[in-house]
Amino acid sequence: MKVPSLRRLGFALAAPAMAVAVALVVSSIVLVISGSNPLAAYSDMINNASKLETSIDILNRATPLYISGVAAAIGFRMNLFNIGVEGQYLLAAFFASVAGGAVNLPPIIHVSMVLLVAMAVGAAWSGLAGVLKVTRGVNEVISTIMLNFIATGGIIAGLIVVWQDNTGQVNSGTTPIPKSGRMPDLNSWVEIFTREIGKGRRLTGVLLIAIVVGVAYHLFIDRSRLGYEFRASGYNPFAARAGGIAPKNMVLWAMFLSGAIAGLVGMVEVLSDSYRYDQSFVRGLGFQGIAVALLGRNTPLGIIVAALLFGFLDASAGTLQVSGSASREIVVIMQATILLAAVVAYEVVNRLRQKDEAKTASALLAGSAS
Amino acid sequence: MANAIELVGITKRFPGVIANDNVNLTVEMGEIHAVCGENGAGKSTLMKILYGMQAPDEGRIMVNDIEVKLTSPSDAIELGIGMVHQHFMLADQLTVMENVILGSEPMKRGIIDLAGARRHLTEVSESYGLTVDLDDLVETLEVGERQRVEIIKVLYRGADVLILDEPTAVLVPQEVEELFHNMRDLKAAGTSIIFIDHKLDEVLEIADTITVIRQGHTVATVKPGDVTAHELAELMIGSELPSPQTTASTVTDEVALTIDGLTVLDIDDRAVVDNVSLRVHRGEIVGVAGVEGNGQTELINAIVGTEPQSSGTITLFDNDISLASVAARRGLGLAYVPQDRHQEGLLLAAPLWENAALGHHTRPPFAKGIWFDREGARARTEQIRAAFDVRTPNVDVPALALSGGNQQKLIIGKEMISDPKLFIAAHPTRGIDVGAQAAVWQDIRDARAAGLATLLISADLDELIGLSDTIVVMLRGRLVAILDPAEITPRDLGAYMTGVAVQQGAA
Repeated sequence: MKVPSLRRLGFALAAPAMAVAVALVVSSIVLVISGSNPLAAYSDMINNASKLETSIDILNRATPLYISGVAAAIGFRMNLFNIGVEGQYLLAAFFASVAGGAVNLPPIIHVSMVLLVAMAVGAAWSGLAGVLKVTRGVNEVISTIMLNFIATGGIIAGLIVVWQDNTGQVNSGTTPIPKSGRMPDLNSWVEIFTREIGKGRRLTGVLLIAIVVGVAYHLFIDRSRLGYEFRASGYNPFAARAGGIAPKNMVLWAMFLSGAIAGLVGMVEVLSDSYRYDQSFVRGLGFQGIAVALLGRNTPLGIIVAALLFGFLDASAGTLQVSGSASREIVVIMQATILLAAVVAYEVVNRLRQKDEAKTASALLAGSAS
Repeated sequence: MANAIELVGITKRFPGVIANDNVNLTVEMGEIHAVCGENGAGKSTLMKILYGMQAPDEGRIMVNDIEVKLTSPSDAIELGIGMVHQHFMLADQLTVMENVILGSEPMKRGIIDLAGARRHLTEVSESYGLTVDLDDLVETLEVGERQRVEIIKVLYRGADVLILDEPTAVLVPQEVEELFHNMRDLKAAGTSIIFIDHKLDEVLEIADTITVIRQGHTVATVKPGDVTAHELAELMIGSELPSPQTTASTVTDEVALTIDGLTVLDIDDRAVVDNVSLRVHRGEIVGVAGVEGNGQTELINAIVGTEPQSSGTITLFDNDISLASVAARRGLGLAYVPQDRHQEGLLLAAPLWENAALGHHTRPPFAKGIWFDREGARARTEQIRAAFDVRTPNVDVPALALSGGNQQKLIIGKEMISDPKLFIAAHPTRGIDVGAQAAVWQDIRDARAAGLATLLISADLDELIGLSDTIVVMLRGRLVAILDPAEITPRDLGAYMTGVAVQQGAA
């Protein structure tokens, strides 16, 4: 069994390695054309990432990306494209901020309440697309995109004026969540490993939630019966149906669960950064999550690697600008080429792997028959 | 005489199998050349290579004694090679003429020259004696007529070499005769025909030359006058033909499945299953005969629960399952082998143990509370592998790495091993080799002896007659005859299937 599992590992690593290599080549070409030195830019990025404060930065950025990636992956595992993570997390963050800012509760209960509101709102908003698909046959891609606009341009834009904390600030937003409803940072944990001071950076406590989400996602998708039904529906919906897996139930479950996790994406900001929903609330994490899930092949571990990679690239954007070795947009180009190359590379490697497996199977059979 | 087609040393490898291994085939001009062999022997692959759909790994293709390279079907059409696929590729909503000219419309000043097309088409169909009304909508045509449209379509494009891929598979005996008549006319007009078949009597009747392929090799090229059906069978399988005969009746009085007045409507509210009533007893195999598309698929789907019924009741022992979910029906002991194992039976990319769990994943040994029991699933799959002779190196390989026969044995094994009470088998031996076929028949017979109630749907009339205790015939959604397999021949059965013969009081 040693050799086949090594082969499998080789196949698993081949695609991301190819993708990163292609991205490096493409980015280098772009850098050269725009008059920058690629080697200088890359060494700036790597030098910078080895600094403690950048590491914390990367983790803080990777945390919401990971949660968002898992939310998208839940749908992808059964060929449902929840493009609505964006609207779901923004709407969830908005209502969770309003709810969290409106009450005063004991610490743990207060945080839990905010989390629950966020998950419930996310699940409801995503579930709406699920219900539309099951009852009226509306394609979830279309409904979730439209629900994104309704969430941000309609509900949030309409209600934030009503619920904003009118303290005369330029950047108006909801009432900040009081101390009891905030997640403590993990800087004390960082100090266990290093005495270096993080230069004002705070490692977000939501990282713990992301870890719980990751473990739960693994147990759910790889170990539970419902997870098996998810994967079976994703592999072959017709066979799944003939096997007694009701397709409509699966769609509803997938959209609810995906939405519930999506609801947690904004919690880094709500529980450990700005403590409220304001005009400059971070956007785009939902769409980045789709990229992260694709790059991570929808697996719990793969999404971690993808989220860290994207977090690293995001964190590098600022560095490049400061050092002047390249423009910050190169990071977006890199993310895009990695993703594009990854999708192609996965398909190529997948075909090679299937051929290899079939060949090994028949070779082993021939060996055992003679 | 010159050779229309010559294939020399064709080799084609697929993952896990060598479909063609140094195959040679020579077709003379103006002859009917049969290529026969079991399912999976490599006939279809060879034809796809000749039609430019697949490139051979090795070997040469010669057309009219000139070596050619085919990279797509349009190359083949250019060279006068036309193919009629087993599954027709016609647009139902268009007329016969529109279908024929589709893709090569004759143009005159930027608009389709319908009058010219009609003239040309009438010429073509008359000169080959192929009669069909050019203005009929294809959806109104019988299977045999559709096939004729496909043939006209190919001839219209100037083919002088015709490939027919299992043309008789979808036809009833009367239609087969008509097809053979057409084939002789085509031959008289100078067309070379390559046709694929594995029904020996048909091959001996129509072919001028027969090439036998077994496991990817050409084993022999013979003239029909020189061999008997028996010898041909031995060439095809390399040993004696197994037969699907069942032994003494094991039918009991206990009714397992009761269907009363079952009606299923299609999307246009037409009854595709029309007021069907049926009983299947424990220990009984009820065979459902019918030309494909007469409601058998919808009948099975309604019993399994994947398609809603509009009226009637389905009772499994004492449980009314008319409205139950698929999962509930399976929980009551319903086992199901779908007609298309790739479409409905397998998770091709998933390992065997995940496939074995499908349909049984809510119960031990596959489930442990809310968790999926991976160890239990592996152990059960090992058990299936041993008991049903599924040839695989281990249970962790994906289902797609298995040959068709082994995939089917896995599906039948996973359904049988859970001690079902009702077994729905749709075309259980379609597309698998003779060895696996014999194993599947034995599995069904064993289950029957153990008291299982079986509903068998098959297009293979020998299989139906050989295995069934009772045969019912479906025609246009209705049960039109109940027959005793001991007293019926495939020919008679064909007559009931097409409505030529009618049983009094059956419906």
